[in-house]
Amino acid sequence: MTSQRNPGRHLKGGFRALLAASVLAVAGCSAPSQQHAQAPAAAAKADITGVSLRRLRLVTTAQYLNTLAYIFGPDVRPETHFAPVQRTDDLLGVGTSLAGITSSQMEIYQKTAASVASQVVSPGGRTFLVPCKPASDSARDDACARQFLTKVGRLLYRRPLDDERLGEYVAEAGEGATRLKDFYAGLGAALEGMLVSPQVLLLSEIATPDPKAPGHQRLDSYSLASRLSFFLWNASPDEPLLKAAEKGELDTPQGLARNVDRMLASPRLEAGVRAFFDDMFHFDDFDNLAKDPAIYPTFTAATVADAREQTLRTVVEQLVVKKRDYRDLFTTRETFISPSLAALYRLPSQDAWVRYEFPADSPRVGLLTQISFLAGHSHPGRSSATLRGKALREVLLCQPVPRPPANVDFSAIENPSPNLKTARDRVSVHLKNPVCAGCHKITDPMGLALENFDGTGRFRENEKGSAIDASGSLDGKDFSDVRGLAAALHDHPSVPSCLVKRVYAYGVGSPVGADDRATLGKLDAAFAANGYRLPDLMRTIALSAPFATVTEIEVETAPAK
Amino acid sequence: MTLNRRRVLRGMLNGSAVTVALPLLDCFLNGNGNALADGKAMPVRFGTWFWGLGITKSIFVPKKYGAGYDLPEEIASWKNISQHVNLITNLSVLRATEPNLCHYSGWVAGMTGIVPKSGNDKPGESIDTTVSNQIGRSTRFKTLTATATGDVRSTVSYESANAPTTPEFSPLNFYTRLFGPDFQDPNAPSFTPSPKVMVRKSVITGVLGEIKKMEGQIGAADKARLDQYLTGLRHLERQFDQQLTKPEPLPACKAPAALKDEGKPGGEAMVVAQRHKMMTDLMVMAIACDQTRVFNMNYSSASANTTKAGYEKPHHTTTHEERVDETLGYQENCSWFTRRSMEAWAYYVEAFAKMKEGDGSLLDNMLIYAVSDHGYARIHSLDGMAAFTAGRAGGKIKTGLHIDAGATTVARLGYTVQRVMGLDIPSWGALANATSKEFGEILA
Repeated sequence: MTSQRNPGRHLKGGFRALLAASVLAVAGCSAPSQQHAQAPAAAAKADITGVSLRRLRLVTTAQYLNTLAYIFGPDVRPETHFAPVQRTDDLLGVGTSLAGITSSQMEIYQKTAASVASQVVSPGGRTFLVPCKPASDSARDDACARQFLTKVGRLLYRRPLDDERLGEYVAEAGEGATRLKDFYAGLGAALEGMLVSPQVLLLSEIATPDPKAPGHQRLDSYSLASRLSFFLWNASPDEPLLKAAEKGELDTPQGLARNVDRMLASPRLEAGVRAFFDDMFHFDDFDNLAKDPAIYPTFTAATVADAREQTLRTVVEQLVVKKRDYRDLFTTRETFISPSLAALYRLPSQDAWVRYEFPADSPRVGLLTQISFLAGHSHPGRSSATLRGKALREVLLCQPVPRPPANVDFSAIENPSPNLKTARDRVSVHLKNPVCAGCHKITDPMGLALENFDGTGRFRENEKGSAIDASGSLDGKDFSDVRGLAAALHDHPSVPSCLVKRVYAYGVGSPVGADDRATLGKLDAAFAANGYRLPDLMRTIALSAPFATVTEIEVETAPAK
Repeated sequence: MTLNRRRVLRGMLNGSAVTVALPLLDCFLNGNGNALADGKAMPVRFGTWFWGLGITKSIFVPKKYGAGYDLPEEIASWKNISQHVNLITNLSVLRATEPNLCHYSGWVAGMTGIVPKSGNDKPGESIDTTVSNQIGRSTRFKTLTATATGDVRSTVSYESANAPTTPEFSPLNFYTRLFGPDFQDPNAPSFTPSPKVMVRKSVITGVLGEIKKMEGQIGAADKARLDQYLTGLRHLERQFDQQLTKPEPLPACKAPAALKDEGKPGGEAMVVAQRHKMMTDLMVMAIACDQTRVFNMNYSSASANTTKAGYEKPHHTTTHEERVDETLGYQENCSWFTRRSMEAWAYYVEAFAKMKEGDGSLLDNMLIYAVSDHGYARIHSLDGMAAFTAGRAGGKIKTGLHIDAGATTVARLGYTVQRVMGLDIPSWGALANATSKEFGEILA
């Protein structure tokens, strides 16, 4: 019997150890690319060994839309929202490798497919998107249908369609054209079929025997192309990458590096980086973020959208465009401001997004002081030092905070009390109560440093007439205000290692565990050696042995009766 | 087109017979409209309703047991529905050695009969899925799930551990799904099978063939997920079949006018109430139009973050941080939130009760099961819990009773409703919550 509840991750015994030796030669042979010839990554990655899990991943809404945009252009953009997946190991991207498919989700797939197909074959769309003209608009034309379906099918399926399946689609387009007396309606029906195909909506990774490690498996070229593309671009492979897979380029270290460097240099990297940080920072929560308008009347739906966008713009600018040290995200004063954010930041109103740098004496320093973090980790009607501290631990340091015990006596902090004016007053009760203190000591001292910002992120000096004390500490580093917290976070050793862990798990699409410790340790070292530059980290991961070398999750079976 | 049973059973598609599911047809009813023409009882529909953060025992639990129970202030809003509602109090989740996972163990036990071992231990198949596997395969939608929270992640319904049911969170989207272009008005004067749907169905049949090819390419751990995909494609095929078959008239079915506005976003209680009302009205008509026979509604989530205008704490935080008012003897704002929940429940039940079916109401032929995540949420209690049923299940159960569960497991009520829904199961639940003891008091 297959175990269906939370199948554990069990790697086959001894496999990793065997593989470690064998992949050294592969990695060691790789030549640094021209673009990265000066980067020390080449040396650092040489001994990154290990394997990752081969899973079936659900394609996300964003990946689907990005793929459509590449194939059909930005005008073909259906309004759709696939079912949310459950966050696993703190990433939705990992959750896609476990998520199931419900009947209602299938309805969404079908409706979306119908919308896309209708747009593509519409009179406005067909002119640009169908590469041939049928002999008659009202009859089947198998040659023209085959031309369109061959090209689109290859891009949607992320590999060439086999002749048999392609033939079936051409026949379906023809039968549809005959029945509907409309070539394009028949073609649209065949396209609808492709768009609900499990091979399109599920990322099914195919493994082949690894010639460098007899008895072991590596992703086939097309599967590796897809893993790279979803990782770096959050979309399916483009035609050049599929061509590279077809020619076997991805099977050689040089060819792989050349293709990875092309992808890293592409403007599409921005979409990939955005998708990763949107996931890591839990920005899916923003889909349902609202503040009490009676308490925070200026915090609107536009504020929510712009707060998310501000952080993503900052991340892209700092890490991709300027290739800055990842840790500097927590101390940078450079950002972007939109009209709806200007009021919350108490800045002059603007007509559009503008670059802005906060002055050196400003309390706005780094991502922690952006609205997305401050408002995203607060209550609808007030700030929360605990929620902010918890997010800092879990999201930025990868340190899970235990659930609160069920039998806590909250009577000591019952509000309102005239003596408990500030958040520090309130949470101090937690810290005095031994049952509460265990967890609150790891969240509140840094959360309190952000108390100069209310539940929407607006700066304040006082709370209920009492001056706010924003001093605190983070793992032994004391500080007097948020600037000190930002500096302490910047230098915290878990900040870069947490990012490495998340990027790696996101890239391979599986949870990381104890088996991955050695791999992560090597990646940590490479990240440090490269000056904590995100594109270099992504490159190191993409070229590493475990990115392409796979094993199966072992399914527990019940003993025979 | 002349209506008869044979025509319903055989849709004519280019001369070939198409097997279709049977909608609920008036021509199948007997002369009184209270049973099918062949003497079988009307189909009983099954629904769930969920609210977060439990009750305040002192002002929720009626003093009187049995029929005609009193309505303490937290359920004062039930005055028009108490005759339809069985209120079971003093229920427990018997977790034995498992941890009390705050705002999680309680509802998982109520919906699956099983206490999770950890937060990562996802619920398996929930009670609505079990029932829909029994009675839900003949309608356009096997199950419909909606939430009033506005959050697409707010659900307590699971098809399996890795497949929570995605709720409708936008009334506009829910309207479109139910009554948009794909809705077939059973009372429309004419019917023409769409050739486009015929083509679509043919294409889907082709896609089904890909599943087999993939089976040989994926790991063993993912086979179940591929099976889910296959089930989903079959579901699409069935929907297309139904679209190709003329539906029989259903007098109570009147597609509502298109929604133009779905209210404000957010979790403020009045906004949630309005959203809950819109979702309920759509759900009632979906049942009246026999679009589904199994449905779920979430008024709020476990750890509900519903807010009260001008009050800084959401419901969940209020349960823990608000002092017990010495004069009132309870947490005033916390109870304010619970009262709003119970008003929503009253609206939900009354909406089904007002919908005519045969010589009674839709509610007469339904069974609704309502649970929460805790008893007294302030201390995360898993005892002193309340759960309800509404509807007579086609005459199979009595209503209007208040019953003391005697600290027995909440799974007893889940077991009882499944037995009423015709499931031939010897017991339900696991470990300490495993039970084969019904609440016999409510069985007719």
